[in-house]
Amino acid sequence: MTSKFSVIGQRVHNVDGTEKVTGSAKYTFDVVLPNMLYGKVLRSPHPHAKILKIDTSKAKKLIGVKAVVTGKDTLGHKQGIWRRFPELCDEEILCREKVRYIGDPVAAVAAIDEDTAEEALDLIEVEYDLLPAVFDPLEAIKEDAPQIHDGVELNININRHIEWGDVDEAFKKCDYIREDQFKCSSQAHVCMETHDAVASFGHNGKLTVWTSSQSSYYIQRLYADMLDMRESDIRVMNRHTGGGFGSKFELDSAQFCSAILSQKLCQPVKIVLSREEEFTATKRRTPMYYFLKLGAKKDGTMLAKEARVITEGGAYTAMGATALYLTGFFSSFPYKYPNYRYDGYRVYTNTAVTSAMRGFGAPQSTFVGESQIDMMADDLGIDPIEIRRKNGMTPNYEVPGQAFIQSCGLHQCLDKIEEHIKKQDKLPANHGIGVSAYGFMSGGIFNWFNTPYAFSAAVVRINIDGKVDLYTGACDIGQGSNTTLSMICAEELGIKLEDVRIFSGDTGICPPDLGAWGSRETLMNGNAVKRAAADAKSQIMEFAAAKMGVNIVYDLDIKDGRIHLVDRPERGVSYYDIVKEAIRGKDGVAIMGRGHYTPHRKGMISPAYSFGVQAAEVAVDVETGRYKLVNVTTAHESGTVVNPLGIEGQLEGAIMMAGGYGFCEDQPMDDGKILNPSIADYKLIRSLDMPETDILEIDTYEPEGPFGAKEAGEGLTNPTAGAIGNAIYKAVGVRINDLPITPEKVFKALREKEKNKKAK
Amino acid sequence: MKKELKFKVNGQPYDLFVKPKTLLSEVLRDELGLTGTKRGCNSSSCGACTVMLNGMSVKSCSVLALQANGSEVVTVEGLAKGNKLSPLQRAFLDHGSYQCGFCTPGMLMSSTALLTENPKPTKEEIKEGIDGNICRCTGYNSIIRAVTAVVKGEYKEAK
Repeated sequence: MTSKFSVIGQRVHNVDGTEKVTGSAKYTFDVVLPNMLYGKVLRSPHPHAKILKIDTSKAKKLIGVKAVVTGKDTLGHKQGIWRRFPELCDEEILCREKVRYIGDPVAAVAAIDEDTAEEALDLIEVEYDLLPAVFDPLEAIKEDAPQIHDGVELNININRHIEWGDVDEAFKKCDYIREDQFKCSSQAHVCMETHDAVASFGHNGKLTVWTSSQSSYYIQRLYADMLDMRESDIRVMNRHTGGGFGSKFELDSAQFCSAILSQKLCQPVKIVLSREEEFTATKRRTPMYYFLKLGAKKDGTMLAKEARVITEGGAYTAMGATALYLTGFFSSFPYKYPNYRYDGYRVYTNTAVTSAMRGFGAPQSTFVGESQIDMMADDLGIDPIEIRRKNGMTPNYEVPGQAFIQSCGLHQCLDKIEEHIKKQDKLPANHGIGVSAYGFMSGGIFNWFNTPYAFSAAVVRINIDGKVDLYTGACDIGQGSNTTLSMICAEELGIKLEDVRIFSGDTGICPPDLGAWGSRETLMNGNAVKRAAADAKSQIMEFAAAKMGVNIVYDLDIKDGRIHLVDRPERGVSYYDIVKEAIRGKDGVAIMGRGHYTPHRKGMISPAYSFGVQAAEVAVDVETGRYKLVNVTTAHESGTVVNPLGIEGQLEGAIMMAGGYGFCEDQPMDDGKILNPSIADYKLIRSLDMPETDILEIDTYEPEGPFGAKEAGEGLTNPTAGAIGNAIYKAVGVRINDLPITPEKVFKALREKEKNKKAK
Repeated sequence: MKKELKFKVNGQPYDLFVKPKTLLSEVLRDELGLTGTKRGCNSSSCGACTVMLNGMSVKSCSVLALQANGSEVVTVEGLAKGNKLSPLQRAFLDHGSYQCGFCTPGMLMSSTALLTENPKPTKEEIKEGIDGNICRCTGYNSIIRAVTAVVKGEYKEAK
């Protein structure tokens, strides 16, 4: 079948591929500037304490030390990404009076090299007055718990309520009701490039920053807030970024401290967080206590669901407020609950801050929801696929008062997974296949950041040789947005992918854009890029139509570098020749196209949603509780597939991360201290643990997306933990309700099951 | 007190003076400007700094530079011959075996060392060969497919 597209859907190399396989890709980590200094951050060893005194005099005297700063050197502003709500902007970054978690920054040093800076940290004397601390949100909401932020009662940072239908009345009509409790663990992002920044203040008072970031615009704006600067005096450049996964779009200690030090010295300062700092003092996935009540008719039709959630917020708000909202919304996914109620509470604790991480609250809600629906199916004697089919979302469905879903391929995904399971021969003993269904958003509609700009914007400039420079504030953090957006641009203009050169993530030259989070770039940036390309294209067409003497009833289009009549493709001229003449005709001005996208009247959450169903096969060793992930097969739909190699990569990578969330990743703590802050001790899936991964692509078309495309990044992180839990139940009949599902927990549950059997 | 370090990197002889505690990764990156070699943990557990030392893959953050005295080191910059990419580099491109790219140099070096030592590894041996390298983006399978394609002879050494 020939595709109607020329570029979209092709298995292309990423536009930055050769740089990445030759080691020539330059990351912030690789930036070295003349006269550059190296910075280090001193962090609190205590979970909760008043800062009485900081003596930096000895550190300042150390040869090679150029500056030492503390909270007193800052303006004392508090940052937060929920800028519309000042009470939620609660993080000073360099603490002035109080520290709230182990890792909270208290001072920073700039020196001629990293070793000297490190040595200077030891010479800074901080006098603390230790305060009682609290680590578990269920403890922190008690009356007598220590108060972490002044004026915040019961340490409740924020609460969220979502409701539709009449939940209490509906539960009365149910034949069967289940109530279950779950605990979702923390997870570290483990970006291979740790957080880093090179900040350079000039004597002209302007700030230039190279940093590993998911949103250059957010970082620029947050700098402006913290430093009382005009945002246009700040240039933030995101070069190649060594992973983000939700951890890199809030102003962090590397960015802020390097800027404060550079401001003092007018010399560039580079700060690269160590792996230990990355684990202990950057943000992480939000741990949640989940209480679920689910009611159904005998035939499996679900009538009502109630979810109550208490999340461990850690010391500050961060993006945790969004995670609290999204976990509540996605707790209803991907099903048509006629009655639904959610109450979520985010509670401050004296632990490292919890915030956004790939899936953004939905991996938690999907794990608990998909575990419970399997339990429900089991109780009612209904097949797990069948109960999902009976209740699953369909195209053009309105989540009451919340969201409108246009394209939705959930049912086709269920069919494919059912086929896949039926194809398996009889499984060996102690093997099981569990399923899990999910959905996710293609970018968020909410504007808590209070941007006055369009959510996404792009500029296209067509040069004399017909080649295109594409400028977008999107950030490629490895997910391949530079490639996807270049493909969309090339497709719209009818030219080759090699004809597009992309400039992204640089606030000095790119239009403001919210950046890479919430799986927004393919749809939102994609629309902006497509519109910018269309704008440029229409200008070329004016010249082409005149040049060709076309009857005005005919339409023109460009394909493969040729401008032609749509109805008579054989009549055409070279795109490259027309561009030359057009620019001459415009008095030598390059052709510029502009495009932007902001969702309007698309509900409260997102303009589009993707769906999928995953089946995980496990093999359990009943003697030890150890189990192996044998195969993970995913049927998913993400609208038109723009970049197939990119989507496959997203899918397989998501299984590594989401499988890890179900299987092994955790951050155990002792009095607020993370006990495994190294890659040796933080267990994640390595190549030998990685299961086979099969992909079943489902065709859908999203009317709101560019060329029909929607998200394929984060949604894929949602199903795996639930599928693993359900697979273990199928394999050996034990159910684990708290993540991660470690061999130890499986072992204990198996022994418990045996004991109960004997007791009977 | 600095000591003399004489070694070859990507075929080029160097004669340097380094502090005894200097790591091989530091010399490569900071002295020679070979920034393709990354640092993800500085404790030999992530593999981003993997290079070849006398044909064997080592984590350059856990080798003292002076231990490389008299040795031949190959970094990711040494894989391509002029403008011709190595078979593994081309296979990585075709199979999308990289995303953020930060682990990619280390992955390529571990894979290259594996194929130098064992040109016909099984799938399990390929998995073992890269088990010391963390990739947080790809989920490894595309890397395994790329190495497999090279093993099957789908990518010839460029002349």
